[in-house]
Amino acid sequence: MKIVTILISFVLLTTPLQAQQDGPAPPLANEQLSDGRQEAAAAALMAKLRCIQCQGQSIADSDAPMAAAMRAEVRQRIAKGESPDSIRDWMIARYGQWVSFEPAMRGGGLFLWLAPALLLLAAAWFARGLFKRRRS
Amino acid sequence: MKRRWMLWVPLALFAFIGGLAIYGLVVPHDTTIRSAMVGSKLPQFALPAATDGVDGLATKDMADGKPRLLNIFASWCIPCRAEAPHLAALKAAGTEIDAIAIRDKPEDVAAFLTEFGNPYRRIGADQQLQVQLALGSSGVPETYVIGGDGTILYQHVGDIREEHVSMLLEKLRAAK
Repeated sequence: MKIVTILISFVLLTTPLQAQQDGPAPPLANEQLSDGRQEAAAAALMAKLRCIQCQGQSIADSDAPMAAAMRAEVRQRIAKGESPDSIRDWMIARYGQWVSFEPAMRGGGLFLWLAPALLLLAAAWFARGLFKRRRS
Repeated sequence: MKRRWMLWVPLALFAFIGGLAIYGLVVPHDTTIRSAMVGSKLPQFALPAATDGVDGLATKDMADGKPRLLNIFASWCIPCRAEAPHLAALKAAGTEIDAIAIRDKPEDVAAFLTEFGNPYRRIGADQQLQVQLALGSSGVPETYVIGGDGTILYQHVGDIREEHVSMLLEKLRAAK
């Protein structure tokens, strides 16, 4: 019993490690917008923007201070009536195309968008050749 | 069979994809994110003072015709301590250095300056990283070369080491 008390006291005595960069999160980083439609637009955009700090996660998923700042920026701009596309362009103007999880519809990005259709066409053409041979 | 070359297509595709895989393994992965703002004007901002005794920083303070350095730092950032002597060397060489302190407390900034010296003319406090985002900065420390008209000319990501000092001085000289 004593050992259990000691073990429990260990748990109770620990304090969560203070974040290196403590301080309050920026406004709207972790609160939703009161307008449901605006919040939905913000959430959709946040899922498509990459966190600069953790790089593999979207700013919606990441708990990094940088992601919090980016969420705050997105929600504040949406609340002011800015369109998600223009906010994405603002981010791209600062961090490059890389910050968006959605490739642009030009250059190499255009190839990515068209690749599935091109592959389907190629497959259809290939299959057509096979069927023809069978018939003859 | 007329189209014998077609037989080689799968092998060629395999070699291409295999080549890509080897390329990805051999070439080191660079995770540095550079600001796309290099070449543009500084964004408009006005930050309050980060600590007592040193003025805050606004965009208009950095467009007085003189090239300067803009250092992004924080008292909690370890590489910022390592670069302190090199910033001091840049200051000793006559460089004006302005700074933005990221998510910092006034007393921590004051303690940092007492311990490592103050090479800065002005220090703005960016509590919410808004200016850091607007600059396209991805972390601390970072140092920007700012032209006399307020144009961002160069971004140095990471701490300034001894070997970077003369390079930055050269960039500042070229900015004149």
